[in-house]
Amino acid sequence: MVPTIALAGNPNSGKTTLFNELTGSRQHVGNYPGVTVEKKEGTLVNNGYRMSVVDLPGTYSLTAYSLEEVVARDFLVNEKPEVVIDIVDASNLERNLYLAIQFLEMGLPVCIALNMVDVAQKRGIEIDAEKLSAFLGVPVIPTVARTGLGKKDLIATARRMAEEDRKQSLFEISYGDDLDRALAKMTPEIEIHHFLTETYPARWVALKYLENDKQILSKGHQKNSAFSEKLETIGKKVSTHLKATVNSYPEAMIADHRYGYINSIIKQGMVHRQHDQNRLYTSDKIDKIVTHRFLGPILMIAVLLGLYHFTFTYGEIPVGWFARFFGWVGDTASFYLPDGHLKSLVVAGVVDGAGGVLGFVPLIMFMFFGISILEDSGYLARVAFMLDRVFSLFGLHGSSVMAFIVSGGIAGGCAVPGVMATRTLRSPRERLATLLTVPFMNCGAKLPVFALLIAAFFSENEAIFMLLITIVAWGGALLVAKLLRLTVIKGEPTPFVMELPPYRFPTFKGLLIHTWERTWQYIKKAGTVILGVSIILWAMMTYPGLPESKRSEFAKQREAIMAAPPPSTARPDKLPGKEAGLSELAAIDGAEAEANLKNSIAGRMGIALESLTRWAGFDWRTNIALVGGFAAKEVIVSTLGTAYSLVEADAANSGSLSQTLANSPKWRPLVALSLMIFIVFYTPCFVTVVCISREAGSWKWGVFSMVLNTLLALILAALIFQIGLALGY
Amino acid sequence: MTRLMMRKMKDNQTGTISAIKAGGELGRRIRDMGLIPGRSIKVQGRAPLYDPVALRIMGSTLTMRNNEADYIEVETE
Ligand SMILES: Nc1nc2c(ncn2[C@@H]2O[C@H](COP(=O)(O)OP(=O)(O)O)[C@@H](O)[C@H]2O)c(=O)[nH]1
Repeated sequence: MVPTIALAGNPNSGKTTLFNELTGSRQHVGNYPGVTVEKKEGTLVNNGYRMSVVDLPGTYSLTAYSLEEVVARDFLVNEKPEVVIDIVDASNLERNLYLAIQFLEMGLPVCIALNMVDVAQKRGIEIDAEKLSAFLGVPVIPTVARTGLGKKDLIATARRMAEEDRKQSLFEISYGDDLDRALAKMTPEIEIHHFLTETYPARWVALKYLENDKQILSKGHQKNSAFSEKLETIGKKVSTHLKATVNSYPEAMIADHRYGYINSIIKQGMVHRQHDQNRLYTSDKIDKIVTHRFLGPILMIAVLLGLYHFTFTYGEIPVGWFARFFGWVGDTASFYLPDGHLKSLVVAGVVDGAGGVLGFVPLIMFMFFGISILEDSGYLARVAFMLDRVFSLFGLHGSSVMAFIVSGGIAGGCAVPGVMATRTLRSPRERLATLLTVPFMNCGAKLPVFALLIAAFFSENEAIFMLLITIVAWGGALLVAKLLRLTVIKGEPTPFVMELPPYRFPTFKGLLIHTWERTWQYIKKAGTVILGVSIILWAMMTYPGLPESKRSEFAKQREAIMAAPPPSTARPDKLPGKEAGLSELAAIDGAEAEANLKNSIAGRMGIALESLTRWAGFDWRTNIALVGGFAAKEVIVSTLGTAYSLVEADAANSGSLSQTLANSPKWRPLVALSLMIFIVFYTPCFVTVVCISREAGSWKWGVFSMVLNTLLALILAALIFQIGLALGY
Repeated sequence: MTRLMMRKMKDNQTGTISAIKAGGELGRRIRDMGLIPGRSIKVQGRAPLYDPVALRIMGSTLTMRNNEADYIEVETE
C-alpha cells in the first residue's frame, strides 16, 4: 500500500502551491464522495519512493458548521493518512496555529510546513522552528512553497514519519478550571464505553460534546443514545454554570483558551517581531487606493471590463478555429457519406454536438485564466468586499459578481463559464442562489435574437432597447435570487467574516495548472452528457420526417423546374443553371425543410404548446425556435429561419429574416417585446443545465432551473402581452 | 475608556475587544478568525458603500459586515 499524505491548512497559506510543487503534473481532480467539494489527489515520487498526496479543503477551524471543515476532518479520521502536512503561514502565525492545535488534539501524525518564511522575514518576523517543534512535539520545517525551498527536507520528514508509523503522543491544552473538570470526568467514561473511540480520541469527543458539535452529537446518538445523553447533560451543566459565573459559552471559552495557548507559545521567545504587528505593509498601501471610496469602484469596473474583453475577445479567436475545424469535419463527412439519416446524424447530431461542447472550451480556459489571476493575486477578495453591500441585499455574496459578469452581466458573456465561476464562492446557500440566477444574464447567444427582433421592430431605439434588456436581466436575476433565498434556499446569510489576503504576484505555473484543471473537468464531465443530449435534440427536430407521398411531391416540383432549360443531369444543388431556376429550387428546399420541421417531434411540440404560448403571443413557429434554443440559444434564429422556410444561406443572414418578420401579419412590436422578455428568462440552454446540475451536486437543481425559469418567462411574457393588448398595442 | 459596538468605530480608530455577543455559526466564525476578548484591533477602513468594514488584527486584514460587527464590543481609549 502506498502511504498517503494529507495536505491541510488555512486558505491562502500556500497549500495549492505546495501541492503542485510536491506532485508536479501527476495529479487529478475529483470530488469528495457525496459532496461538491473539490478533491485533488496526486502522486509524489522521490528516489523511487511513492506517496499519494491529497489536498484537503483550506479551513480556519474544524467545526461542523461548514462543509469544507467537515470534509477535512472526516477524511482525516476515516482515511487515516500516514502523514498530515499542516501548512502554516509564518507571516500569519496565530491564526494558522489555531488550526494546527486542533489537528494535534485529534492525535494526528502532523508535520508542520512553516511556509512563507520569506514573507515573514520581509516583515521582520523571525521564528525559531526548532523551538516550536520541541514545544509542539512535531517536526516543523521552514519552507517557501513558491521557490521549492525546504521541499526536500519536508519530503524526507514525511517519508520518515510514514515508515516509522509512530503513535502521536496526545496533545492536551488547558481550557480553564470548569471545562477541564468536565473533560476529566467525561474522558475516562468515554474510554470505558469505547464510545466513538475507534475513530476519535476520547478527550476530543468530550471536547466536541462541550462545543455542542452537531455532527459528533448525532453520531454519538446513533451509537449509544443513553450515554450520549449523559454526556450532553454534563455539557449543559457546565454551560449553565459558565453562563451564570462568567457570562460565556463553552465554545467561546475553548476558542479563547486556544488563542491564549498560542499567545503563550509566542511569548516564549520563539517569535521575534521587529515591528509593531499592525503596521501597514505595501499591500495595505495598495488597498488604500484599490478599495478607495471613489477610485475603488472605478478601478473595479475597469478590471471587470478588462477580464470580460480578455475572455470574449481573445477567447473568440480559438472559438473561431474550433468552429472552422468542425465545419470542415462536417463538410468532409457530408461529402463522403451517402445522403440519408446516417449523414444527418453524423453531421447535425454528432459533429455539431461535439462542436458545441468543445466550442466553449476556449472561453472557459480564458475565463478561468483571467479569474485565476484575480483570485491568486488577492484582488477577487477586494471585489467581494466592495460589492457585498449590494449583493447581500438580495441574499447573495459579494463574490457572486464574477459569475454574473461572466454570464453576460455586460451583454455578451456565456452562462457556462459563469456557472463554473461560482466555484470561488464559499458560502453554500449564496452559491446555489447565484448558480440558479446567472442564466438570466444576456449571453452572447441571446444577443443575435435580440438584435434580430430589435432591428425588425424597434430600429429607431436600438441602443435604448439593448440597455433596457440588460437592466431587465439584472433586475430579474437579483429579484429571483432574493425570492429563492426567501423560499427554497432560505436560511441565515453565511457569515461574511473573511480575510483580505495580502496582494501577491501569481506564478505562471500556478495559473496554468489552475486553468487546465478546471477546463479538463468541463470537457470530461459535461462533454459526455452534452453529446448525448445534442443527439436527442437533433432527433427531435428531424424525426419522424415527411411521409413518402409528401417527399415525392417536393421531388416532382424540383424535377419540373430542372426539366425546364437549361437541361442538366447533375444534381440540382450543383447545377450552374439560371438564377431564377436556382432560387425556385431553393424555395422548394426551404418549403420542404419547413414542412419537415413542422412534422417533427419538436414541431408537434411547438404546435401543441400553442394553446399555452398564445397568451404570450407566440405561434408554433416561434415555439419550435424556442425548443431549438434549448440546444443553444444561437439556434433560435436559424430555426426561426427554417420555420419561415427561408433557405439556409438566407437564414444565416438575419437581415432577410428580420424583413420577413417585420412583414408578417402575425408579428408586431408587442409580440417582439414579449418574446424578448421570454428569451431573457426561459430555461438555460442544456449545456448550462448540465453544468448547474454538476455544480449544485444534483440533477434536481438542473431540472428546477428549467422548470422555474420557463414558468417565470411564460408568466412575464403573457403579462406583457395581455397588458399590451388591453392597452391597444 | 469607552465601550462601544464595533460598527460605531471610526476609520483608523484602535481598541481592544471586550466581548463577543454572538453564538452559533457566526460566533464561531468570529472567534475562529481570532476575534476574541483582549485582542487589539484597528479599523482599517470601510467598503465604498460603508459596509463591510475592514479590520487590522494580528498583522492581517479581516472584513466583516456591519451587522456582524454589531456583536463585537470594543473598548477604546
Ligand atoms: N512569497 C511567497 N508566496 C507564496 C508562498 N507559497 C505560496 N505563495 C503564494 O501565495 C498565494 C496563495 O497560494 P495558494 O497556494 O494559492 O494558497 P492556498 O489558498 O492555500 O491554496 C499564491 O499567489 C502563491 O504564489 C511562499 O512560500 N512565499
